[in-house]
Amino acid sequence: MTELKNELIRHSAADLAAKLASGDVSAVEVTQAHLDRIADVDGQVHAFLHVNTEEALAVAAEVDAARAAGGSAAEELHALAGVPIAVKDLIVTIGQPTTAGSKILEGWHSPYDATVVKKLRAAKMPILGKTNLDEFAMGSSTEHSAFGPTRNPWDLDRIPGGSGGGSAAAVAAFEAPLALGTDTGGSIRQPGAVTGTVGVKPTYGAVSRYGAIAMASSLDQIGPVSRTVLDSALLQEVIGGHDPFDSTSLTDPFTNLVSAARMGNVAGMKIGIVKELHGEGYQAGVENRFNESLQILKDAGAEIVEVSCPNLKYALGAYYLIMPSEVSSNLAKFDGVRFGLRVLPKDGPMTIERVMAATRAAGFGDEAKRRIILGTYALSAGYYDAYYGSAQKVRTLIQRDFDAAFAQADVLISPTAPTTAFKLGEKLDDPLAMYLNDVATIPANLAGIPGLSLPGGLADEDGLPVGIQLLAPAREDARLYRVGAVLESILEEKWGGPMLAQAPALGAAATTAGGSN
Amino acid sequence: MSVDATLSFEEAMEKYDPVLGFEVHVELNTKTKMFSSAPNVFGDEPNTNVNEVDLGMPGVLPVVNKTAVESSIKIGLALNCKIAESCRFARKNYFYPDTPKNFQTSQYDEPIAYDGYLDIELEDGTVFRVEIERAHMEEDAGKLTHMGGAAGRIQGADYSLVDYNRSGVPLVEIVTKPIEGAGSRAPELAKAYVAAIREIVKNLGVSDARMERGNVRCDANVSLRPHGRERFGIRSETKNVNSLRAVEHAVRYEIQRHAAVLESGEPVIQETRHWHEDTRSTTSGRPKSDADDYRYFPEPDLVPVVASREWVEELRATLPEPPAERRKRLKEAWGYSDLEFRDVVNAGVMDSIEETIAAGASADVARKWWMGEIVGRAKVADVDPSELGVTPQVIVELNKLVEDGKINNKMATQVLDGVLAGEGTPAEIVEKRGLAVVSDDGPLLEAIDAALAAQPDVAEKIRGGKVQAIGAIVGGVMKATRGQADAGRVRELILQKLGVEG
Repeated sequence: MTELKNELIRHSAADLAAKLASGDVSAVEVTQAHLDRIADVDGQVHAFLHVNTEEALAVAAEVDAARAAGGSAAEELHALAGVPIAVKDLIVTIGQPTTAGSKILEGWHSPYDATVVKKLRAAKMPILGKTNLDEFAMGSSTEHSAFGPTRNPWDLDRIPGGSGGGSAAAVAAFEAPLALGTDTGGSIRQPGAVTGTVGVKPTYGAVSRYGAIAMASSLDQIGPVSRTVLDSALLQEVIGGHDPFDSTSLTDPFTNLVSAARMGNVAGMKIGIVKELHGEGYQAGVENRFNESLQILKDAGAEIVEVSCPNLKYALGAYYLIMPSEVSSNLAKFDGVRFGLRVLPKDGPMTIERVMAATRAAGFGDEAKRRIILGTYALSAGYYDAYYGSAQKVRTLIQRDFDAAFAQADVLISPTAPTTAFKLGEKLDDPLAMYLNDVATIPANLAGIPGLSLPGGLADEDGLPVGIQLLAPAREDARLYRVGAVLESILEEKWGGPMLAQAPALGAAATTAGGSN
Repeated sequence: MSVDATLSFEEAMEKYDPVLGFEVHVELNTKTKMFSSAPNVFGDEPNTNVNEVDLGMPGVLPVVNKTAVESSIKIGLALNCKIAESCRFARKNYFYPDTPKNFQTSQYDEPIAYDGYLDIELEDGTVFRVEIERAHMEEDAGKLTHMGGAAGRIQGADYSLVDYNRSGVPLVEIVTKPIEGAGSRAPELAKAYVAAIREIVKNLGVSDARMERGNVRCDANVSLRPHGRERFGIRSETKNVNSLRAVEHAVRYEIQRHAAVLESGEPVIQETRHWHEDTRSTTSGRPKSDADDYRYFPEPDLVPVVASREWVEELRATLPEPPAERRKRLKEAWGYSDLEFRDVVNAGVMDSIEETIAAGASADVARKWWMGEIVGRAKVADVDPSELGVTPQVIVELNKLVEDGKINNKMATQVLDGVLAGEGTPAEIVEKRGLAVVSDDGPLLEAIDAALAAQPDVAEKIRGGKVQAIGAIVGGVMKATRGQADAGRVRELILQKLGVEG
């Protein structure tokens, strides 16, 4: 029996995989259902910069053909074969444009696939399209996208978080069951928190960065975006593993994530509240949901302890020196010489320097320019030691703080973001206020440790999603999935279903979506 | 182009003491590039030996070439350097279109090799120690060709072509400490130093070391200070001096130019200079101050290169004998005079002679063939003697044919030409060209009969006792046999035939 398409899109990736395997539904049906949903609601949400209809359906058809053929062709199919996915437009793909949310790359097609994209193709997961982001992943709201902001499916006047607001909104709006994000200072987890979805920043090096357009190389990490903890575990196992094209990629296999998500037990685990990552500066409704989650974990048999990471108060400052320093160098290649936008100076001599300058002036948005200038300054002779050098020392201190904290606790816990989704435009003119949104997520990037954000309920004062963040020691990503799955299942039991079921229907489309045959 | 004033070299030396410094870039001959899997090949169609990494496409990451690291360690060891147990790459940031990422991945404060020295032997046997500050790994830039405008420079060009085949080729940059005390031998030392580096990297097998292809490129720093003063003068850096002769000339020229500037009471400007082979002079490049800000920072896309002591010792054990020591050993073993040996070295046939001796020839025979026959032919063909196509085996075989009396020396050179023309092995050519010394008397006797019949009057003279007239008959026989007859034997046979006592 074929389900109605609008029901199909509400399934988790794990459920879709089971239905595909049993032959309940075809991959083409699943993929088409999501493409229809995109057609219906993305005009409002604007999660996608490019929709990859033809290729996605072709891949789905391949999966169906393999399954129909039976035998080894069917057996060799990956568990997630035929489960569609959206890809953040910072990750390069053959056959689709990659813009990084910037005018400077408008119209550029990558001649190669990112390693994670190769893995999606190998698993035959149809790629639905490329999702919106703050330009070069710089921002916490997607308002810095050169192609217009993405809107939060919970309230279209609010931001979906950033930089990966497109991926989070696509998953929250049921346009895709899964998406890829990148997280440099919280760009997967903070959008997850404010859209009521799950987002994971794996251990630095757990997933290859080859083909993710670099913002800050020592902080960037690709990771999964989904609606359930199990789905993120399934996806991280697809995209993770050592890559000879990324020297910073780890050799650990990370094959224990799905089993950890299915374990469902926290009895005897020590869970540490980080003193510096809640309380003052955090919205009351966020604190309430956070405390509720602590109680749930305690009731489930975990021991709650308080730990202190005193140097976290310097994390934001260190981040805003290291990140822009790397940005200033990583973004130097966008000069109009070899690819992307080229702008000629209006008047005056036509020298290479002037063409580069005119291209960069026209191609980069304000936030990118702000960070390039900041980073150029921080790396300059005479300032390097005071800025970049000191920030690296802070980074070491923060790593030591975490080492000490993890000696007392198996997993750390905090709110993912200090507030729920703010209004579009609210913080656009105040970069510092925007940066503060990442205060709880940035430390994990500085330390290279994994972090997961999952829905923790709705804030009392505004009815908007609150995210709970779990942090684990480097290479111990499995612990996040283990604890996250337990918390998720108890919360969902309490809510009587997934939190996203409480999200408002999207416009007129919601009642008619997929209603045809 | 204005011509700078110069002082005579002698006058400059009277008043000033030169201090030198060199940055030599060595291109490694690894199969692939420093940070990508694209082939490291010279001279191909532009922009064919590149992949997305060499082009600096968005999203790419570098991966260090292990062979390049090995080669760098070998160079460091050959220069008596310490090898860092762990060292990092750094980004050198600057905007220029030959560098696709707009930064060069190099090493900054953590070179893989440091604190070494090299003993340089000058022509008269004087040994001069040059201290090596560091040898670090980096990637080469692409090649720009500026079209239109003046002098092939970017300024004023209509447009520029860029070939990224060279982009990412592994480089080792060898930097000396300031070289003091060379005095008037500074130009000679400069040439000898670069020659030594070139020889070492070639001997290690880590570089093709062909200066004309830019495999070894030298930037020469020169400053002068009055005799007796400790503080260095202001230096100039002459870029890309790419032949040994040019290195010597450029250093000499800069010494003379600096001296003239100092004599005029003006300060020397700290700047880069361009070397011009045609005028044997330099012109001003761009001002270079120590404040050039490349915003170096550790390359975050690469993990540190760790050179375990075991690995370093393994590599040390594979190092070939240092060229200078080897020369000393070979000269002694071969028993050549100083002059003979220097000629062999200068002609670039030392290796070939060594191989020829190893193949069975004596030292004198090997020298006779290489210096007497092959070097000249190589010069005509404008190739390296070793590339002419003569193998040691050919020489051994040729020499044996001569020693066995099968061919004479004159024929042997013809056989050599045959070998070079690709006609086969020496034995085959002797056969094919019919060059064997005629030792069967039958054909000789026929030729003698014919020669006597052709010149009956001469025959008569000989019979009559005028033996000295025999030359005309011998000449006729030699002509008829196209020089293949043994002239002595011909003479004997003629006398026998005519019944005359020789």
